[in-house]
Amino acid sequence: MEFQFTEKELAFRAELEAFIKSALPPDWQERARSWPGGYGAMEYDSEQDRQDAEIFKQKMVDEGWFTVSWPKEYGGRGLSNMEQAIYFERTSYYRAPSLNIATAIMGPTILQIGTEENKEDWVPGIARGEIEMWLGYSEPDAGSDLASIRTTAVREGDEYVLNGQKIWSSLAHASNYGWVIARTDPDGHRHRSVSILVVDNNTPGVAIRPLINIIGVHSFNEVFFDNVRVPARNLIGQENMGFYYLMTALDFERLIVNIGAFKHGLEMLCDYVKQTERGGKPLGKDPHVRRKLAEIAARVEIAYLFYWRTATLLDRGKIPSVESSALKLVTTELSRMLANASMEILGPYSLLMDPTQGAPMNGMAPRGYLDCISATIGAGTSEIQRNIIATRGLGLPSK
Amino acid sequence: MDLDLTKEQGFIKSSAREFLKKECPVSTVREMRDDPEGFSRDVWKKMAVLGWQGIMIPEEYDGMGGDFLDLALILEAMGEVCCNGPFFSTVALGATAIINLGTEEQKKELLPQISKGNLILSLAVAEPQQWYGLDDIQTTLTDTGQDLVLNGAKLFVENAHISDYILCVAQGPGKGLSVVMVDPRSPGVQSSPLSTFAYEKQCNATFKNVLIPRANILGTMGEMREDLEGLLEFAALAKCLETVGVLQAAFEQSVEYAKSRKQFGRAIGSFQAIQHHCANMVVDVDGARFISYQAAWRVARGLPASAEISMAKAWTGEAAKRVTALSHQIHGAISFCDEFDLHFYYRKAKACEAAFGDVQYHLDKTADRLGLV
Repeated sequence: MEFQFTEKELAFRAELEAFIKSALPPDWQERARSWPGGYGAMEYDSEQDRQDAEIFKQKMVDEGWFTVSWPKEYGGRGLSNMEQAIYFERTSYYRAPSLNIATAIMGPTILQIGTEENKEDWVPGIARGEIEMWLGYSEPDAGSDLASIRTTAVREGDEYVLNGQKIWSSLAHASNYGWVIARTDPDGHRHRSVSILVVDNNTPGVAIRPLINIIGVHSFNEVFFDNVRVPARNLIGQENMGFYYLMTALDFERLIVNIGAFKHGLEMLCDYVKQTERGGKPLGKDPHVRRKLAEIAARVEIAYLFYWRTATLLDRGKIPSVESSALKLVTTELSRMLANASMEILGPYSLLMDPTQGAPMNGMAPRGYLDCISATIGAGTSEIQRNIIATRGLGLPSK
Repeated sequence: MDLDLTKEQGFIKSSAREFLKKECPVSTVREMRDDPEGFSRDVWKKMAVLGWQGIMIPEEYDGMGGDFLDLALILEAMGEVCCNGPFFSTVALGATAIINLGTEEQKKELLPQISKGNLILSLAVAEPQQWYGLDDIQTTLTDTGQDLVLNGAKLFVENAHISDYILCVAQGPGKGLSVVMVDPRSPGVQSSPLSTFAYEKQCNATFKNVLIPRANILGTMGEMREDLEGLLEFAALAKCLETVGVLQAAFEQSVEYAKSRKQFGRAIGSFQAIQHHCANMVVDVDGARFISYQAAWRVARGLPASAEISMAKAWTGEAAKRVTALSHQIHGAISFCDEFDLHFYYRKAKACEAAFGDVQYHLDKTADRLGLV
């Protein structure tokens, strides 16, 4: 048992932290609005934010922070999952605009299961941050039940003809490619009949329709494919193996829970309580407030421990399935808990959205309260995570 | 970062589990409940042969020279069978106090005896008008110049009825706190068992003009507050580990039951409602274990651990309520019967929460450490 980082990990952490602090705009913490666990509050609302995020990303690419766990021959640092986990922890703590899902998920997946052609076509661009992808998994009638997707891709010569619809496609409008699962064998077994295709957003027949979320932010989209012709070389790996690749991609997604942002959120709330008096008494003396925050502090600690356990397992070559479901469950529930506590503690001020006069914590609380709904739904609902823990982890019968 | 046990730690845990499964199953705990002494001297002797009582005692005093994590793993295994008896009060409380506070003579005299299983100890802190912690201690130790005299009344003195020494916390001489070792056979000492919730043998003890030999002072007379706070934190953490064992067992039994029990023509474990109860238990049990191990690791390394201990105690206490209630829910009515064992776990989990600071008490301490004042 060892509850501390190695010397090497500590050095990595310190170097990363120094980079983040120097590369972020000095007022970024006042501007950043992302809520831990949520899927709906984008990191940048304004054009200025977007530009600053772009500049930060370029600095990351230039200094090699963008591909921490990638093998060295592909421009990465070749570091461990634990270091990757430290990277996600620190960047999310500082709410740095770090999460390019192509780099975090698709790049490593292609490196693991892609053909030589796939690697040539996509890896360099992803590593440089030039290629951004959206996840084309969910469909209107296939939320958590991904094996039932109906989007089809029919091979015609050197092309696939894609028809169907995707939904909840986060950032599809701000990316240039889709990472799309489609049925390539209409008669095949549920799990051996889908493939992954990379689809250029600019191909004729691709239509992206915004879905404005509960916060009023354009984060999701519906994407329609009408006879979209995709080059056959954009098939990732082998045909009909898409479901298995998706599982690999999910392995790389496991540590992306914005763990550091929970600690940051708790600290913000504690700071507010320390600086606030109510009825002439410090809010920090209120027993309800004190216990609520203490409970959250314990849960943040627990969430971190689930997080480090997942990273440890990955480094031992074990595939965490049950463990990462538990991590997802713990962190998304924490997202709700933190949001609820923020609203309770801020009282009537919790209703003030940013930007408006007198909104405490930059208006984070009401945004979080709205956004936390998505936490326990996106990337597999809490119910799905519990099913996984019960059936795969504990061996409870499915019928 | 590594949340797994080392090979040696794994060995301690699995051998402790095996031993207790064989020597102290819940059926034995049931017998202990009805036994006036409250434990089996036979099991106690066998534990001593394995070196358990001396697990943390340095080798020079005939102990095993282990650290707090080693003790933690044994306590976890004991929680799994709800084992009552004098282990906690003798080893986690008494031996620790003597290791940390005793003089060389006291250590030489007492620690080898503890290791051999020849000495049973208890700690007397709580008093009738007192909440948790060390405020409002009214038992007094006065120094007349000639004699040291102890007066007062204590509650929740576990195993006072069979103890060779009661380690008693008292106010004074002067404004500070002291710890004295009281021989329960001394004139003026009386104790009697209390009827308790989880069948552990809690007692009250009264001290009326009890003369204390100066050799029986632990630590520095009148200056023990800080040391005692450390000892109570240590005890709270030890209770966390016991709780983890209790929860693990209640959880495992529930999953097994869910697999075998049939309703509506199928195993109840195939119903999502039951599956989700079980999944929620996983998160609670693992969370309780990790946060307790983390604090135990810090204690074993000699790192500051107060904040971690309070968080661990608060979390495990809350998790304990959820896990044991769900265990009963999954088992249904049978678990409400005395002849079924599950109520031992329900009781033990609550008793562990109440010992050395409940959820609310430790949430308050955590809030202090967050800087909320």
